[in-house]
Amino acid sequence: MSAGIFDKYATLKGNYDSLMAASPRNPFGVVIERPLSATVGIIEGRETLLFGTNNYLGLSQSTAARDAAIHTAKTMGVGTTGSRIANGTFGLHQQLEKALTSVFRKKHAMVFSTGYQANLGTISALVNKDDILFLDADSHASIYDGARLSGAQVIRFRHNDPADLEKRVARTAKTTGARLIIAEGIYSMTGNIAPLKEFVEVKKRHNIPLMIDEAHSFGVLGEHGRGVAEMQGCEDDIDFIVGTFSKSLGTVGGYCVTDHDEIDLMRLCSRPYMFTASLPPEIIAATLAALEEIQNRPDLRQKLQDNAARLHQGFKSVGLNTSNFVSPVIAVTLEDIPQAITFWNALLDAGVYVNLSLPPATPDNRPLLRCSVMAAHSAAEIDRAVETFGTIAKELKLV
Amino acid sequence: MLVFLLRLVTKGQDMTDSVADISHMILQKLLENPKVPRDISEDSRIVEDLAFDSLAVMNFVMEIEDMLDVSVPLDKLADIRTIKDLASCLHTIKAEQA
Repeated sequence: MSAGIFDKYATLKGNYDSLMAASPRNPFGVVIERPLSATVGIIEGRETLLFGTNNYLGLSQSTAARDAAIHTAKTMGVGTTGSRIANGTFGLHQQLEKALTSVFRKKHAMVFSTGYQANLGTISALVNKDDILFLDADSHASIYDGARLSGAQVIRFRHNDPADLEKRVARTAKTTGARLIIAEGIYSMTGNIAPLKEFVEVKKRHNIPLMIDEAHSFGVLGEHGRGVAEMQGCEDDIDFIVGTFSKSLGTVGGYCVTDHDEIDLMRLCSRPYMFTASLPPEIIAATLAALEEIQNRPDLRQKLQDNAARLHQGFKSVGLNTSNFVSPVIAVTLEDIPQAITFWNALLDAGVYVNLSLPPATPDNRPLLRCSVMAAHSAAEIDRAVETFGTIAKELKLV
Repeated sequence: MLVFLLRLVTKGQDMTDSVADISHMILQKLLENPKVPRDISEDSRIVEDLAFDSLAVMNFVMEIEDMLDVSVPLDKLADIRTIKDLASCLHTIKAEQA
């Protein structure tokens, strides 16, 4: 007799049932009934401080972006109903691609319908089964999934470790296929920042292209907000920069920018680009407005850095275990899952929402309370979050 | 500890012609982890018998890779169930790289 279609989920079901037995609420089923602002939303009928939304600059609530979306929906409708390579390219899509080339100072840009698809679509267009990909071990799922879609051989290197990358690259010196190195700017779970300049040295020594995912660092780091590559002064040596509109830009979608002229060939073989509907015009218009706001308001980045430092320092001062990187993603590492579930529920009961990240989705098999800070947070909101964390940590005898 | 590691490295250099010896090296490395059952053999299944999840498998393989100075592409891991399977895979890759 053949297996039932859901038999494969037996282990998952066991784990899920255990989690639900231990947690008064479903950590994967939180509903923000509605946002009141960038920093406060209604959850379970109560006003709750939002510290887990990736909305780094608060632009999901931008007046300019909202007005641009309203105007565009009124004049162009709400969808394209087609692929970018058929009927789904409006003038606005090209306008956004042009704006991205200008912001990043690269020759070409490709816009995708989500950030996830930007990684799938870029990686699968760049390498195939004859090629080798070198991925940071802590890469986002979209990078791993893009690698699988490409069929390339995947070799992981130790997280943020240029020497380990170099060693693994050197082992493949005899390969006849192409090679590509992929890293991220800020790592989404921990907030760790990549040593891109050192990765560039490796890529130069071995003459291998380098792709960087700046999903969590665009709009956040660098003098002009272009990310870690700008901050570390190595933008010109990055071959492909991928990112998303769904973090600092506050909307949805993704992109790849590059100086390589072959981008029009990539458009013809990137399945996640071709076989999906393009972004609706009102989203493109809102993204263009948010992009302009990021360019014109460097104060947002400064406020974000100040807020990140305040939250980071606050967590350290109450004795919590966080990364030493000061970035807008700040994760508190806990020792075991029951402890993390109790802590996370207590935070939500006290009116503070953060992300609960559980192994194996976390880097070192330990659970995380992942916080993302915003430029829109007030000092008082950050202090309240720190105080709440500190009180619960004491109650649980963790500090 | 240092002596033990040096011994493993030396073994790694000397014994890569034999799948059995690579299996032995893997078993020794696994037994350094106190959470791993003491009664494992080369026929032990990595996921089922050692309770390794996918991330733990990938991280463990990285350590073995460095002892043998080889890299195992992730797609190769999909076919590996037992410690002996892993040893055979490493042996093949080592031979190809030679």
